Amino acid sequence: MRIKAYFQRHLQVFMSCLGQFYRAPIAHFLTVLVIAISLSLPALLLVALENARSLVAGWDNNAEISLFLDQSLSPSEGEDFKERLLAWRELSSARYISAEQSLLDFKAYSGFGEVLDKLDKNPLPAVIVLSPRVSAPEAMAPLLARLQALPEVELAQLDLAWLTKIYAMVNVAERAAWVLGLLLAIAVVLIVGNTVRVGIQQRRVEIEVCKLVGGTNGFIRRPFLYMGVIQGGIGGLLAIILVGSALLLLNGPITQLAALYQSSFKLEGLGLSLSVLLLLSSITLGWLGSLFTVNHYMREIEPS
Amino acid sequence: MIRFDKAGKRYPGGFQALENISFHLEKGEMSFLTGHSGAGKSTLLKLISAIEAPTGGQVEVNGYDLTKISPRKIPFFRREIGIIFQDYKLLYDRSVFDNVALPLIVSGTSFREVGSRVRAALGKVGLSGREKASPIILSGGEQQRVSIARAIVHRPPLLLADEPTGNLDPDLARDIMSLFSEMNQLGITTLIASHDWSLIGRMGKRVLHLEEGRLQDPDRELGR
Repeated sequence: MRIKAYFQRHLQVFMSCLGQFYRAPIAHFLTVLVIAISLSLPALLLVALENARSLVAGWDNNAEISLFLDQSLSPSEGEDFKERLLAWRELSSARYISAEQSLLDFKAYSGFGEVLDKLDKNPLPAVIVLSPRVSAPEAMAPLLARLQALPEVELAQLDLAWLTKIYAMVNVAERAAWVLGLLLAIAVVLIVGNTVRVGIQQRRVEIEVCKLVGGTNGFIRRPFLYMGVIQGGIGGLLAIILVGSALLLLNGPITQLAALYQSSFKLEGLGLSLSVLLLLSSITLGWLGSLFTVNHYMREIEPS
Repeated sequence: MIRFDKAGKRYPGGFQALENISFHLEKGEMSFLTGHSGAGKSTLLKLISAIEAPTGGQVEVNGYDLTKISPRKIPFFRREIGIIFQDYKLLYDRSVFDNVALPLIVSGTSFREVGSRVRAALGKVGLSGREKASPIILSGGEQQRVSIARAIVHRPPLLLADEPTGNLDPDLARDIMSLFSEMNQLGITTLIASHDWSLIGRMGKRVLHLEEGRLQDPDRELGR
């Protein structure tokens, strides 16, 4: 009976909080909107970074290593060397480009053809272009070092060294997104705290009377905590909708852009786990904001 | 029920509101607390209802030692007393029913029991059928009855009233006083702060008289 009464009471408090929402929709809706915008900003940034990451991961696969061979190696020695490299487990393919071929290519593409004609000797080395099986930048470094150490190799160069840089940039941006998220989370706590503060001020007499008739702090706190949770919850849902709509708006232009680069890149949405995370953190933040404020005023408001 | 032993209350800043108060109110007793405004009546009631803590001596109410009661226990202590205020302290955004039900709600009484107890309390103060009304449309006397119903709805063994007839005309005041008398006959210990001498004289009950924070002639009984 006691337990049933307890749940009835909770349900009643919950419904009466929803009722407050209904009675003052504009004020509550503004709070909820601010929460939604605060949370959708970092969420959108994280989604964008997730997408950038998967895009870059696609580029990885055509990362190539160029081996500039020692000038003293003859073309047949170069071909042999290529065959030996093909036996390496780390490498999926190897292509030998002779010094002459390099020169022809260079003449054709660079526009320095006449200058090169004046040289009595071909300055370009023979090159072996390798496709590694591994793709992560971390795995690439030791492979590169091993290749560099071979006597036939003058210089081993990862063509997509800039990939590492992009990865680093994505990491920096991701960290920034979390920092931004943290700041905005604090903002949400403060916003909810402020709304609850106004609510407490309006219900000061009620709180005093409750204390006078033997209401525990837990009882008095309850409706305000529900208020914070409800505002956080609705704010979180709205944030998910905002992020979804923003991605929907971006989807068309991005698909067009990707098509121009012959890429079949597809924009990924928030996803279930990130949505749930967003909603849960929003509810938690609302609850926290309410808790801080209510605890402060619970001490201050005493019957007198 | 209430025992004061050399109790005092000094406010920060040095004002001594009560000094060396000693008296004992038996279970089931009804008595009046009198004195001019500023004599310390309200402070005494605040000590009894644990709104203020004594700064000296001993205060024991309903088995609780109020000199060292922990804040956690205060709500449970207050559930066993009913308090009535001069300004009623009703919640005007709620119905009469909800106002009277509040002490039951805070203690987690089941819905069914709340309904019957609230109706019984309203019946006792003569406000049957006004459950759905808003207190704001009621007269002063009716509002005071609502606050009395709220103070007795959880059947407390102790009833405190601070100037309950202060805002009422003499006829209404008499009605309210006889209501307290009735409550007392049901076994509720009753302490009423008032300066309505004519009314107190007619009741023939024990009087605690405060003057400048001290209890005068503690066992003086009016009208006997």
